[in-house]
Amino acid sequence: MRSCVFLCTLVNYTLPHQVYRGTQLSAGMKQKDMQLFRLYPLGDSAITVQFGDSIDRATHAKVRTFSTYLDRHPFAGFIEQVPAYNTVTVYYNPWQASERGFHNPYTRVTEQLQYILKVARENDKAAATRVVEIPVCYNGSFGPDFEYVARYTKLTPQEVIASHTRGTYQVYMIGFAPGFPYLGGMARKLATPRKQNPRPRIPAGSVGIAGDQTGIYPIETPGGWQLIGQTPLRLFDPNREQPSLLQAGDEVKFVAISEDEFWERKERAHGA
Amino acid sequence: MGLEIIKPGMLTTLQDSGRYGHQKEGIITSGAMDRFACRVANMLAGNADDEAVLEITLTGPTIRFTEDHLIALTGADLTAELNGEQVAMWRPLLVKKGSILSFGAPVACCRAYLAVSGGFAMPKLMGSYATYLQAGIGGWQGRALQVGDVIPCNSPTPAGIALLSQSMSATSGHAYVAASWTPDPQFYPAYDPNPTIRAIKGPEFELFSETSQEQIWSERFQVSAQSDRMGYRLQGVSLHLSEEAELISTAVTFGTVQVPPEGTPIVLMADHQTTGGYPRILQVVSVDLPILAQVVPGQTISFEEVSLEEAQQLYIRREQNLMQLARAIQLKHNT
Repeated sequence: MRSCVFLCTLVNYTLPHQVYRGTQLSAGMKQKDMQLFRLYPLGDSAITVQFGDSIDRATHAKVRTFSTYLDRHPFAGFIEQVPAYNTVTVYYNPWQASERGFHNPYTRVTEQLQYILKVARENDKAAATRVVEIPVCYNGSFGPDFEYVARYTKLTPQEVIASHTRGTYQVYMIGFAPGFPYLGGMARKLATPRKQNPRPRIPAGSVGIAGDQTGIYPIETPGGWQLIGQTPLRLFDPNREQPSLLQAGDEVKFVAISEDEFWERKERAHGA
Repeated sequence: MGLEIIKPGMLTTLQDSGRYGHQKEGIITSGAMDRFACRVANMLAGNADDEAVLEITLTGPTIRFTEDHLIALTGADLTAELNGEQVAMWRPLLVKKGSILSFGAPVACCRAYLAVSGGFAMPKLMGSYATYLQAGIGGWQGRALQVGDVIPCNSPTPAGIALLSQSMSATSGHAYVAASWTPDPQFYPAYDPNPTIRAIKGPEFELFSETSQEQIWSERFQVSAQSDRMGYRLQGVSLHLSEEAELISTAVTFGTVQVPPEGTPIVLMADHQTTGGYPRILQVVSVDLPILAQVVPGQTISFEEVSLEEAQQLYIRREQNLMQLARAIQLKHNT
């Protein structure tokens, strides 16, 4: 009996890798806003919604709009979501999403996500961007590769700092380690290749450069990035309600601080 | 009440059904490798599904029970003994204070689960008891158990006490009393040392060469020695894309089979990172993850294709079976 009920619902079954083309996202939108998005299954318990094929702020704005709406309006069986550069992956429990086997879970969740794709636009303004200032001490023992980066990029130390602290960086995704932000927006002239031999341990809070990326190590790990400084902030604290200081969609602004200021803020951040 | 660790075993950690809700912060789910055995261990001990259990790997620990405990041992047969007597698995056991649980050689699979009625007495971290080994947090002090650890336990649950009272009937000088009943093994996943694992095509399946697309289904792969809770490296034929492709990193999940450029597939397991950028050739179906979790490095696996709808039907059927099992256990409380 039980499988029969489930089989009956398979009429509406949606093929994997189906592309939903040009769905009207909301009334009154311009032609250029009509987006190609793609929904595909990541196994039997997750679906990925893909917006565009590139890494850029416009694509990520769509990721954020969708992700914010989903957080506020979770559906039955929703477990969690992971926003990335151009995708949001939605994890769900097929048993709950199918109302205990009564519906096809993939179809059910797909319908929910398509609905969100239609309506999320309207809530756009609600998702205001958060700008997080990250104080960084760029000199001394905090940035053992600082001089190498200056030499490699043929910039003066002042120019390296000025360039790294100029403008804001987009947090596209948190991954690799708890609280580790994938940041976009570093000035090309700062690009420096990774170290030949990765360090066995990099202190938490280290700010580094690898190719044309910059990032911050939230916990002590091995790593091959060129270290130019360190922040006294805790990027990851398992006992905070939101353990990761940064979230996908945030903007980061680096601010240069002195060594004294570093220790002062470190004491504050670590509650010592 | 507690469990005193006399020998830690190869890798004994506190795990549960996983830490969900923080993957977007880069926090991995961790949790039991064999979620089925973990869940059933809790059911048999009268616990909620998300209670912490001990995950025991290959070479088991030696544990002394400092009080009488109601426990259940599920998963791989690692030749468990209580005071030298062979232990019956997959059923509630009443263990006497001072008894010693030890393990011999693994019979076929590699992970056993020990649940204690009432669970372990420790706070959850980010909503879970699971040990996050790489970050050194969660579980018991963020690490695997060591000699001399005494892991505190809660009092048995009312359901556990009800199970206990009906298990008590035939006490006579043994280290433990086992319930006379056990779930019908037809409820279990088809554990097999060299299993065929069902999978659906991954999001990048079509990007692989025709040969690789055929080989992933037809060849057998050996689970290499460099396999752990993060992932299984599969040795055998190497797999390649039909042409180079630049992929943008995105989320991955338990059971994602990804292929780095050198061609050795990796199946992501319980401690997998939250995101990745390698092409994903397959995704193992949820109901077969427990079978995969039990494969010992050096053994071989092959893959069999199923559709997404089959995978989800299997998932639903498993939940229906577990619901039946929960009902059957509940009946035991009431008799």
